[in-house]
Amino acid sequence: MKSLKSTLVGSLVFAAMATAALSAEDTIKVGVLHSLSGTMAISETTLKDTMLMLIDQQNAKGGLLGKKLEAVVVDPASDWPLFAEKARELLTVHEVDVIFGNWTSVSRKSVLPVIEELNGLLFYPVQYEGEESSKNVFYTGAAPNQQAIPATDYFLDELGVEKFALLGTDYVYPRTTNNILESYLKGKGIADDDIFVNYTPFGHSDWSKIVADVVALGADGKKVGVISTINGDANIGFYKELAAAGVSADDIPVVAFSVGEEELSGLDTTNLVGHLAAWNYFQSADTDVNAEFVETWKATMGEDRVTNDPMEAHYIGFNMWVNAATEAGSTEVDAVRSAMYGQEFPNLTGGTAVMLPNHHLAKPVLIGEIQEDGQFDIISETDVVPGDAWTDFLPESAVLISDWKELGCGMYNTETKTCVQTLSNY
Amino acid sequence: MLRLFLAGLAILCACLTANAQEAGLQPILQEHQEIIAKSSRKTIGPAIDAIASSGLPQAQVMLETWAAKDVWMRKSDGLFFAGKKAEGRSYELTDFDTGEVVGTYQKSDLKQLKPNSGIRAMIGTALVQFQLTDSDRAKRLAALTSIQRDPEGALLEPLRASIEDEPDADLKAQKQRLERLLTIGYDEDTAARVAAIEEMSDDLSVDVRAALNPLVVTKREAGTDLPSDANIATILDPGSEALSRDEAYDLLVANDLAAPRTSPDDIRAALAANIDGGRVWGISVAQLNSDATRAQAYAVLAEAGLVPALIADADIDTALETHVFFETYSEPSPEVTAAAEKALGQIELKVGLNQTLDLTLDAISLASIYFLAAIGLAITFGVMGVINMAHGEFIMMGAYTGYVVQQFIPDHTLSIIVAIPMAFAVTFAMGVAMERLVIRWLYSRPLETLLATFGISIALQQLAKNIFGTQARPLTAPGWLDGAWVLNDVVSISYIRIAIFVLAMIFLGLFLYIMKRTRLGLEMRAVTQNPRMAGSMGINPGRVNMLTFGLGSGIAGIAGVAIGLFAKVTSDLGSDYIVQSFMTVVVGGVGNIWGALAGAGMIGFLQKGIEWMNPSNTLAAQTYMIIFIIIFIQFRPRGIIALKGRAAGD
Amino acid sequence: MERSFVAKNPSVLVFLAILSLFTLGVTVLSEGFGIGVISTSFVKTLGKTLCLCLIAVAMDLVWGFTGILSLGHFAFFGLGGYMIGMWLMYERTRLIVVESLSQAEIPPTPSEVVDAIGTQIFGVVGSSDFPLIWAFSHSLTLQLILVVLVPGLLALIFGWLAFRSRVTGVYLSILTQAMTLALALYLFQNDSGLRGNNGLSGLQNLPGVTASQDVVSIWFLWASALALGLGYMLAAWVVSGKFGSVIRGIRDNEARVRFLGYSVEVYKLAVFTLTACIAAIAGALYYPQAGIINPEEMAPIASIYLAVWVAIGGRGRLYGAVIGAAFVSLLSTWFTGGQAPDIPLGFYTIKWVDWWQVLLGVSFVLVTLFAPKGIGGLFDLWTNRRAPQRHGAPLGPDDSALREKEATE
Repeated sequence: MKSLKSTLVGSLVFAAMATAALSAEDTIKVGVLHSLSGTMAISETTLKDTMLMLIDQQNAKGGLLGKKLEAVVVDPASDWPLFAEKARELLTVHEVDVIFGNWTSVSRKSVLPVIEELNGLLFYPVQYEGEESSKNVFYTGAAPNQQAIPATDYFLDELGVEKFALLGTDYVYPRTTNNILESYLKGKGIADDDIFVNYTPFGHSDWSKIVADVVALGADGKKVGVISTINGDANIGFYKELAAAGVSADDIPVVAFSVGEEELSGLDTTNLVGHLAAWNYFQSADTDVNAEFVETWKATMGEDRVTNDPMEAHYIGFNMWVNAATEAGSTEVDAVRSAMYGQEFPNLTGGTAVMLPNHHLAKPVLIGEIQEDGQFDIISETDVVPGDAWTDFLPESAVLISDWKELGCGMYNTETKTCVQTLSNY
Repeated sequence: MLRLFLAGLAILCACLTANAQEAGLQPILQEHQEIIAKSSRKTIGPAIDAIASSGLPQAQVMLETWAAKDVWMRKSDGLFFAGKKAEGRSYELTDFDTGEVVGTYQKSDLKQLKPNSGIRAMIGTALVQFQLTDSDRAKRLAALTSIQRDPEGALLEPLRASIEDEPDADLKAQKQRLERLLTIGYDEDTAARVAAIEEMSDDLSVDVRAALNPLVVTKREAGTDLPSDANIATILDPGSEALSRDEAYDLLVANDLAAPRTSPDDIRAALAANIDGGRVWGISVAQLNSDATRAQAYAVLAEAGLVPALIADADIDTALETHVFFETYSEPSPEVTAAAEKALGQIELKVGLNQTLDLTLDAISLASIYFLAAIGLAITFGVMGVINMAHGEFIMMGAYTGYVVQQFIPDHTLSIIVAIPMAFAVTFAMGVAMERLVIRWLYSRPLETLLATFGISIALQQLAKNIFGTQARPLTAPGWLDGAWVLNDVVSISYIRIAIFVLAMIFLGLFLYIMKRTRLGLEMRAVTQNPRMAGSMGINPGRVNMLTFGLGSGIAGIAGVAIGLFAKVTSDLGSDYIVQSFMTVVVGGVGNIWGALAGAGMIGFLQKGIEWMNPSNTLAAQTYMIIFIIIFIQFRPRGIIALKGRAAGD
Repeated sequence: MERSFVAKNPSVLVFLAILSLFTLGVTVLSEGFGIGVISTSFVKTLGKTLCLCLIAVAMDLVWGFTGILSLGHFAFFGLGGYMIGMWLMYERTRLIVVESLSQAEIPPTPSEVVDAIGTQIFGVVGSSDFPLIWAFSHSLTLQLILVVLVPGLLALIFGWLAFRSRVTGVYLSILTQAMTLALALYLFQNDSGLRGNNGLSGLQNLPGVTASQDVVSIWFLWASALALGLGYMLAAWVVSGKFGSVIRGIRDNEARVRFLGYSVEVYKLAVFTLTACIAAIAGALYYPQAGIINPEEMAPIASIYLAVWVAIGGRGRLYGAVIGAAFVSLLSTWFTGGQAPDIPLGFYTIKWVDWWQVLLGVSFVLVTLFAPKGIGGLFDLWTNRRAPQRHGAPLGPDDSALREKEATE
């Protein structure tokens, strides 16, 4: 027993030392923290591949600051505590200069304390619920006012929707987003009774009752619209039931915040034509840079692969980081962070994204209609919308702003003129 | 919209002016060039009105082309044309007025007009006047759909005028029905409206309710006395259940009839504004850390006249006493609202009954899905007593077999017909292999069977991930299973669910037939009751066990195809059903197929029942269902249908 | 003649010695207190592994010794984590809130402080009020009591119901699994008041402690090692006396023990509740090291894995459970961490990230079939201990009192 145990310990210690020794080489390390197994692998593996492609491209261009970039890929396996562990490993064992990673809000909340403690740098590429602004995180996905609010405006103004069904998977992003939307809709004069909220578990498949409930909402003669924050696999059952119930997009339009090209590739979309999604990017965007991006992606990964919004977020985030590091002349976190503010980089959809002092991007918002081929037809594009860390539509966060450049605070109360806290609340 | 309606009449009379024809459509389009190009529902109205009322024959074509997203703008001069895809990235443009091709242009020189569905609906409404009497049935139908979607008073007259000459009986009936609905909402004559309401009061369609409900919308108001001209629904008594004192006072505040209450935040702000040298009128700031001292300090401020005094309960009482609270209908005619209330009362009762029926159908459907998922387990666990944690993975393998078959056979009907026996074959073989290699050695160690099969389960799940990826795979139902069986607007159930129900019933029959009528069934029952005795009767227990397990696994595979059709095909498909399946079998009673049926039925109805009570939280339904089952098992540990006598074993 | 506890259990001393050596070794090699060879993240992994070993000991007690295959012990583990997590979150947030409110012009009232804490904690899940279950979260002492009390009570009630109605064997396993699922689903709901899917996070930051994680991780390693040592001794003491004989009897043939006049239910209930408490303590030490707890941790599959560890390590011997948990979980970390080298086969490259689960599953089947004693069985070879000759195939602990003839009937 003794011998076994000590060999075990010995080999583990050796493994730890070996990995530590590796980090001494002269490259710039980029951590990639996306789940390659477990429930979130479905979405996150794509982002890992995107990062590897971007890093390869940058190396082909001569690397960064005269050094080659080296990707350090770890697998947090859709296990939220493991995200924190792997982030610590990336920062202390592999000593990476920047991390690109995470998809779910829970995983981000898990990583936050580690990254703030060790002063790391994380680029987070997914649309999220806001109400957060960490000194060490750049949010390249959409804040609620860059996706949910414009989509709701579109429902109100363009489609004349008077009654809302907010359907979501039961987790943080839908909860907070729906909370913001409820408050926003009430501000727009929509009565309490005209907002129907429902939460379903991850991977829910029995949708008949819920779809029937939504159809029944139309009984008082108001136009009904569905705002869906349903996540992942559950969408398949939902859209199948919607199609079976013969709900046409002209009668009850559905706008989804978590359904992109990738999710639709598991579905027959003929019955879904006309339903909507709101993103900052669609593969169908008609620009030269996008055509090139899509082409490179398909060349690397295969013809049947599609691009989506979080990929664009990584594309912008990575290029901004490269430019900021070049400007700062170093990959040291604080130097890069100061250089990040005001960084500009062209979007794949045209126009320019700007990094704001609240660590969010200013980007235009697109609304697309689902087409028969599983792509989106972009029918509306807003002006550039600056990402807002603290929403203006909830009373307690309306008074908060984030400004890391001037105020050096991510949670600044404009009423009391004090910084509530510099570290995040996880 | 009146203009639009007049224009419609103008066209019906066919008195087109020569002038307009000469001018053509393009100048009208150009007049509204900016808003058409901007394409927003909020601003587009005048442009659509202008086109529809132009009196030009090509207006209809233009609007239809526009709604089909086929109108393109030439960037060089801003003119609009009908576009048709030509070779490569170029489009062939046709002029609306002349109908001639003006040339082929690169996509980069053009801008496509993409009307959103809001605009398309407006175009649809504008097109109604043209389409109602169109010779094409499909277009007339489209017109009716548009009216149904956006009912408008102006459409009533053209609709009435078109009923007479409608050749198609179906459409005529539909037109008459729509006419009734529009009459309810928009007719000038009260008696006609009341008559229409009464006529429709036995119809529970959503659109009838949609026509009636707006008539009975009420608004809560307050005033010093009741207005004489309003159509008052009810008079409310503050402090009653319908209107609490707080709500009543808030209503007064909202109507500027009373002073607003001072919130704790206001008090705080007022105190903060009056800090002077660390003190608020003699009270030190440090003491203000309780509500009592704050109220005291605020009272001091109020006495000094710096802030409005706090509202006391007595003030609220006086305010409530001196005012009346009531609800008024927005619809001015009392006859109409009374008729609508009565009709709605009748309809609601019917709707309630039908909702119960719909819920029952949903519950039956859910039960049949659980039953289908559990029926294989009823054989392997129920009859043989083998705990197979990989049962869910057999379901998953069946679903993936369906997906793979669909890759080779593109015809959906045929592929499903092939997939069902294929799925059976694959999972049967897998089941037999597993029984021979693993389970056979563990018959006397049930807990270890559980763990070994769990090992197989995680290995199979990961293998599926490695082979098919983590992405959900499409398994598309044949066209004839699309859609739903619709009894009325409340009760409907999708065909695919009916198919699953039928499949579950077939398997129930098959199971009973095999167990009761075939030699294999006899041998199975013999072996599970007493393998040694069966052996001495010339039955080969090993072979029977193998076949039984294979049969159970094979049925799981077919269930997988059905479940994949209705939900999704992913590697963790099976784990979604495994716990539920075990519960179905355990709750129902092990060793009895009727037990599994009863278990599935109970779980299905229970879950739907809880969902109905708490519609906004589906997760709660699942939680409480499981808790109920745990408690249920305490009282009936052997399930609903318990085996009696020696067969019960132990 | 009464022999002393240690004399009856020589393995306890060996185990404690190895555990102390291990803890000392890690401390010396750590970044916080030693020469910095072992990274802090690995120290945390080791600390967490010790907690997993502790719950494995509990699992061995309830399954390997009493024969109850509970698939619900990770629920108790998680509950323990939640209980300590509530205090950690409340207190940490309170410090932040008090600090920020103290800058305001007017000092806050106590209710304003509580409201602000509520907004901070529940803001992300769209609410701001404290649910009832947070009533004691302001007090460390009360929450520490709850760590043991809540899972203990749940186990007591559940166990009483289940054992009273004589639910045994696989039925009990399925029932415990259902309980775990119900609990996980309940916690997934926002209405449960524990932040739904988000769970409680940032638990590694101890309120009021300014020491770096390098140091804190070692503190937790010590605490975990201490808990494991005490837990191991307690378990060894429980199984060595008369009580131990009775529960082993229950495992081997419940009916016979009942006929001998023992109240089987009471014994089972005692073991079930005791192990639930041990599991909860392990959880309360585990989650501050992991940093976040959410309902997914309590999914039924986690409890099945726990059974897998114990089975691979070897049931019915406490050190087997410890070895199993440590071996499988560390190996799992190694394989899924991407550190295991890929095996190129020419036409296909085996990536361990993809294939580890397959390997685990298959090896589990193999262990069950061919080595029911698990890794612990290796020690029998070493100590030359042989299974009693039963004139037939060896039977597992479930049936070990049965003769071959009886078992196959």
